[in-house]
Amino acid sequence: MYFFIARRLLYTVPIALGVSIICFSLIHLAPGDPLSAMLPENASPDTIADIRAAYGFDKPVPVQYALWLGKVLTGDLGNSIINSQPVADQVLIAVGNTMILAALAVALGFLVGTVSGIVAGYHNGCLADRSITGVAITGISVPNYWLGMILIIVFAVNLRVLPAAGIGTAGGSPFALETWRHALLPALAMSVIPAGIISRSVRGAVAEVLRQEYVQTLHGKGLRRRKVFLHVVKNASPTAMAIMGLQFAQLLGGSILVETVFSWPGAGFLLNAAIFTRDLPLLLGTILVLALFFVVTNLLVDILQLLVEPRLKRA
Amino acid sequence: MKRRSILKLLLATTVIPMLPSMAAAQDEKVLRVAMTVADVPMTTGQPNQGYDGRIFIGTTLYDALVNWDLTSDTEAATLVPGLAESWTVDEADPTKWTFRLRQGVKFHDGSDFDAAAVVFNMDKLINKDSPQFDQAQATQAAGQTARIAGYRAIDSQTVEITTRKPDATLLYQLVEIWMSSPARWEEMDRDWSKVAPSASGTGPWMLDKLVPRERAELVRNPTYWNPDRIAKSDRMVLYCMPDATTRVAALLSGQVDFVEAPPTDALGQIEASGMQVFTNRYPHVWPHQLSVLEDSPFADIRIRKAANLAIDREGISQFLGGTAIPAKGMVTDNHPWFGTPSFELRYDPEAAKALLAVAGYGPENPVKAKFIVSASGSGMMQPLPMNEYIQQNLRDVGIEVELDVLERETLRSRRRAGADAPENAGAHSVNNSWGFYDPNIALLDVFSSTSRPPAGYNWGAYAIPEIDTLIEKARVEFDSAAQDALLAEIHAKVVDEALWIWVVHDLNPRALGANVRGFVQAQSWFQDLTQVYVER
Repeated sequence: MYFFIARRLLYTVPIALGVSIICFSLIHLAPGDPLSAMLPENASPDTIADIRAAYGFDKPVPVQYALWLGKVLTGDLGNSIINSQPVADQVLIAVGNTMILAALAVALGFLVGTVSGIVAGYHNGCLADRSITGVAITGISVPNYWLGMILIIVFAVNLRVLPAAGIGTAGGSPFALETWRHALLPALAMSVIPAGIISRSVRGAVAEVLRQEYVQTLHGKGLRRRKVFLHVVKNASPTAMAIMGLQFAQLLGGSILVETVFSWPGAGFLLNAAIFTRDLPLLLGTILVLALFFVVTNLLVDILQLLVEPRLKRA
Repeated sequence: MKRRSILKLLLATTVIPMLPSMAAAQDEKVLRVAMTVADVPMTTGQPNQGYDGRIFIGTTLYDALVNWDLTSDTEAATLVPGLAESWTVDEADPTKWTFRLRQGVKFHDGSDFDAAAVVFNMDKLINKDSPQFDQAQATQAAGQTARIAGYRAIDSQTVEITTRKPDATLLYQLVEIWMSSPARWEEMDRDWSKVAPSASGTGPWMLDKLVPRERAELVRNPTYWNPDRIAKSDRMVLYCMPDATTRVAALLSGQVDFVEAPPTDALGQIEASGMQVFTNRYPHVWPHQLSVLEDSPFADIRIRKAANLAIDREGISQFLGGTAIPAKGMVTDNHPWFGTPSFELRYDPEAAKALLAVAGYGPENPVKAKFIVSASGSGMMQPLPMNEYIQQNLRDVGIEVELDVLERETLRSRRRAGADAPENAGAHSVNNSWGFYDPNIALLDVFSSTSRPPAGYNWGAYAIPEIDTLIEKARVEFDSAAQDALLAEIHAKVVDEALWIWVVHDLNPRALGANVRGFVQAQSWFQDLTQVYVER
């Protein structure tokens, strides 16, 4: 087990390096000058050259990358070229805010997805199964930012029961009721995809487990339905957990549209701002941190799966 | 832990800390504003992020030596004394300007504003060897400081500023050089990133709280030097809401009171909800900047005029839901620089066809041109459908246009490069929205033959001797009325030459809650929110 964790942790090094090289190259291959967004309309060539040198953009790209990597290895992600504040601070605050949304969305998605998946799996082929499948596929297919807009119109504009945007005045403190009130609509919008995916996967896993001979044996031995159910759920749970982990990691970085629609100052919002303002240090720092989160979340899920399903150790 | 203890802990950590702020909120008059930016603009003095930064951070926290007068919604905004009470230009050496500073003005931190503070701020932006030099702020002010050669304090209340060459447009540059407190910078260990959350200027608002990516809270400066601009709200909360639909939803749901740039298709709903929509002219034009290089069909004035006559500006304005007015030139027709052009920008496809026929073109032999356009961008309105509309208009008279759609910042780089740059080979127009807020960017640095990039904005390589002569005169005309007259003459000539295709002027819609009072939408890129308040 410890060897497994150590090996997986070692894997994160080449992954992080690979991600940073790809990001750095893509950003420099993209059209447009990284300085263009910050330059005044009437900047003279001398001014442009001065600014380019001041931010280190006058050096060859590999040199820029090496300098950046050198700093990153010491824990310094640099400063944003737009607001001069340290990138690491901004990314951590944003990731913290996104975690609130992602946790709520995944919890909602896991709850709804698991319950509906089990019901559908138990009633395979019946009306309940078909209805749940229909709703789940709709959930997977509906663009979550569109759903976000609909939720805003219904709950914020028409009913005026929940705020339309922002994170509230508590500064994103997870202990403030206001933060959760602001998080509810975006988390709802974000939860439909995980709910749909988890529901579909759990349905498949439950149906699969129910077909196993040991389930018939359990019934044959006279075990109560509730006990059999627990066996089924335990055997189907690694699937749900693996997907939940993946979805959580995905929501951490993949919520650009929902966060923008709700002006939620999370990682997606930060990425969006960094892209549109060509804030290279911020963009690279955010992507790197998110990639690492993705890797670590997957690792945690793998460990959790090992604990729940010891047979995986032999695999 | 017992259930009751858990409840107590929850109360202690969530509800109770909120109570004082809720009580304070009830007593305070608060104005909540949704900006279009994704981050709070830089607060240290020279804000970034375009005009949201200048409106909501620049002119709120700070003053410049010269300010805009934003009290009228019927006339174009003019310059008025700010931190400088008066100024003179040396007749013998017109590069020397002397500014007499306003007495008794204090920064928000209580320190005095004086000539040393002006020099400190100039050094902050220009002098790389000074300890307060800040590249981030210097970058934002680069356009303004480029014309300044030197500065010095003559005494504690007098400053001399020298320009590189005689330049009658200096005041338009100084209006965007804001004065931040030297004392606060010292207090914050001479570190501008530490100054940011506790920025100190002389403006009508003081920074109370800064939460990056989320909001800035400003409170009234009760001792502001200009009694007419003492804020009527106790507090102004500025939220970052880059998505236009979200801003509207926040307004409709009562979460904010004032919204910048609502989408045009939401204006009907906003008004139907009993809320207010404000529009007004301001120095914005949505043009096509034409190339008159040899390979461009627009080197021929007849084709330039035909293109201008082919466009149904009224139709485009209607398509934009009435949030734009047809352009009659670079500036609006009520502007002091409009003059009396003889060529009228009207929709007359028959006249356009006739001009093309004289130039040797017709349905069988259309003019072929390529326009560089962007898919979106600040000030660009709805560039794709608008350009498709124009493409159809031009096709109707015999001008076949190919649209080359670029990302906004790429387009800006191409505009900065000039039509003769290799990357612009084959392009005959660039569609970059334009502001005519100062004489340089409106006319002087756009149509002077000496202002070809990188020296200025003359993208299309215009070189008309008569215009050049007028421009040189305007650059050194220090009497503002006489300068306005020269600018009007230049403008008339530029329109008569049809050097650009001017399409519409944006009316810059803003949406306000039903009970918001006191807003006067100035004919300017800047706005003053000191007199705006929410009526209870």
